[in-house]
Amino acid sequence: MIKVYTSSVIDAPADAVWAQIRDFNGLPKWTPFVAESRIEGNQPADKVGCVRNFRLKDGGTIREQLLTLSDFDFQCTYSILESPMGVENYVATLKLTPVTDGNRTFAEWWAEFDCAPEREQELSRLVGQQVFQGAFDQLKTLFRR
Amino acid sequence: MIRVTRSAVIDAPIERVWAILRDFNSHNAWHPVVAESHIENGEASDQVGCVRNFTLKDGNHIREQLLALSDQDYVSTYCILDATLPMRRYVATVRLKRVTDGDRTFWHWESTFDVPRGREKEFADLVGKGVYEGGFEGLRAFLRRPRAAGPRPASNAGSMQTSGVVATSFGGPDVLQTRTLDARAPGPGEVRLRHTAIGVNYIDVYVRKGLYRMIEPPAPIGMEAAGVVQDVGDGVAHLLPGDRVAYAAPPPGAYVGVRTMAADQLVVLPDHVDDETAAATMLKGMTAEYLLHRTRPIRAGDTVLVHAAAGGVGLLLCQWAKALGARVIGTVSSEEKARLARSRGCDAPIVTKDYRFAQQVRQVSGGRGVDVIYDGLGRAAAAENLEALAFTGHWISYGQASGPLDPVPAETLSAKSITMTRPVLFHYTAERATLNQIAGRMFEALRQGTITVDLRHRYPLGAAAEAHRALEARQTTGPIVLLP
Ligand SMILES: NC(=O)c1ccc[n+]([C@@H]2O[C@H](COP(=O)([O-])OP(=O)(O)OC[C@H]3O[C@@H](n4cnc5c(N)ncnc54)[C@H](OP(=O)(O)O)[C@@H]3O)[C@@H](O)[C@H]2O)c1
Ligand SMILES: NC(=O)c1ccc[n+]([C@@H]2O[C@H](COP(=O)([O-])OP(=O)(O)OC[C@H]3O[C@@H](n4cnc5c(N)ncnc54)[C@H](OP(=O)(O)O)[C@@H]3O)[C@@H](O)[C@H]2O)c1
Repeated sequence: MIKVYTSSVIDAPADAVWAQIRDFNGLPKWTPFVAESRIEGNQPADKVGCVRNFRLKDGGTIREQLLTLSDFDFQCTYSILESPMGVENYVATLKLTPVTDGNRTFAEWWAEFDCAPEREQELSRLVGQQVFQGAFDQLKTLFRR
Repeated sequence: MIRVTRSAVIDAPIERVWAILRDFNSHNAWHPVVAESHIENGEASDQVGCVRNFTLKDGNHIREQLLALSDQDYVSTYCILDATLPMRRYVATVRLKRVTDGDRTFWHWESTFDVPRGREKEFADLVGKGVYEGGFEGLRAFLRRPRAAGPRPASNAGSMQTSGVVATSFGGPDVLQTRTLDARAPGPGEVRLRHTAIGVNYIDVYVRKGLYRMIEPPAPIGMEAAGVVQDVGDGVAHLLPGDRVAYAAPPPGAYVGVRTMAADQLVVLPDHVDDETAAATMLKGMTAEYLLHRTRPIRAGDTVLVHAAAGGVGLLLCQWAKALGARVIGTVSSEEKARLARSRGCDAPIVTKDYRFAQQVRQVSGGRGVDVIYDGLGRAAAAENLEALAFTGHWISYGQASGPLDPVPAETLSAKSITMTRPVLFHYTAERATLNQIAGRMFEALRQGTITVDLRHRYPLGAAAEAHRALEARQTTGPIVLLP
């Protein structure tokens, strides 16, 4: 089991950042790598259990299922159903916490998954740096004060 | 019930912030509203259950107890036991998280408590603004604090020249000679220190003679020093340039002006411990700590025998064992040493130069013998030690100033159900968490005056051979330090 943890600080209040990321169908709006996304079966994007089906700008398609959505804790957990990455048992959580000092947001994103041993390093970097930190960087730009 | 939550981002790695916050008694160093604070009963400040007793600058007085501490999750939870403020059921949690983006720290501070009706807002502000927000600012200022001045190397990259004392071969004190040495830039996990005071220990004699094969001559010896951090290598988060630190650890190499070494055995010095005191107590005081509290915990009513009772470790053992309620018998080689040992808690110093003491020990212990022997003498005292012990006594052989012990047949122990140990400080301090506990309790014992340091022997670093001659000739009392 591999664990990846990435965290950052977004210069905007936590409720504003949450409004942006709680939309499970909203990846194209705030990440740099998703071209288009839809929720399967015409379900609402905040229905726990719904599946998002999105296409990456580099071509691959990923299906992810929403497992937890908490407007109280500003937290969302999902798993990967299908992807070209070669990961198994992938579960990730994205969580926001208010930083009272400066009214900003502490954003955490972590994932656990299994993969072939020789790909551990590459996939940890891909998930932690390119995906999670890449999305945080885009959020920081969106909310630049 | 009132709930107060505040959080902030601190511009320092989590290890650095946690090194400060995990210490339950650090707040008078960094929190602007705390005037004076101490941990009750001499407990370590990271011992769960310990109580900090402090006064605020406004005169209020508070006692708080540490309920939980996790180095794994960076969490500390504590409650108020009693306070001159009308706060009830106050439980607070400090939680740190790593901000991987920029290697910073997220600090979450939260509490719940009750106050008299109508004063909720007043106290929510007092805690939220005065204590928590004030604390964030205080810690930031503490991390930026002006550090001990000192010549800084022009750049991290190069090596620095320094003067040091090396054993040119194995042998007598004459093999110790001054040489110019290089202190290279610190690599990953290392720091470069400018030593301010260096401790001399009997183990340095064993290393110099080649009895402990810990160096390949020519090489500098010495395992204890205090100093100031000059620069730090990659991956060292608990230290910054300018920090006052000390250590007692292998490998040998402390008899130098500037040293590059592994960072993990370094302890940050509290303000109340000056550099000479640190160099005089890191190795000897931590040894007394583990011998008395860990190898065989001393209980009130025990009778103990401390050999070389006026020596470096000996004087500390006498004071601390006495404070723990033991009756202390000692051996020393002169009347003058006997007077000093007596003034430091040794109830019955026995003057002997040729390791004959068992008969007198039995006399002063009413024929019973002693429960524990602290034996740094080794071979020449072995037979008398067995004779001086009570039934089920403990023979702690922790040194060998008279030469290495001959093998001890198991049958000699069964004659009285004796337990024998051959402990080494460095095994007790191998893990950082335990090192911090041992050093913390030793610093607290110094602060409370449970142990005092009788530093009478200071030599310039270049005169290390003189210091060794005096130590081996049994002419010294208490610790010896070298000044670079
Ligand atoms: N295992 C550990 O973890 C550990 C740690 C620290 C120290 N130690 C040991 O603890 C002992 C004390 O160390 P220290 O640095 O504090 O030294 P010290 O006690 O200040 O000096 C050694 C003393 O031993 C006595 N002694 C008896 N016979 C001796 C002899 N033949 N040659 C030299 N001294 C003799 C002397 O006291 P009198 O003249 O009064 O007899 C002398 O002052 C040493 O054996 C050391 O190796 C062990
Ligand atoms: N120091 C004290 O205060 C104290 C007090 C009481 C007893 N003891 C000691 O404790 C031990 C147990 O005493 P016990 O009275 O309860 O006896 P026990 O254990 O009932 O009998 C001895 C057992 O030792 C094992 N054993 C292994 N090698 C043996 C050998 N070469 N010859 C004989 N037996 C051998 C056998 O068990 P397996 O066949 O299962 O190996 C045998 O059943 C003894 O060594 C005794 O001296 C010491």
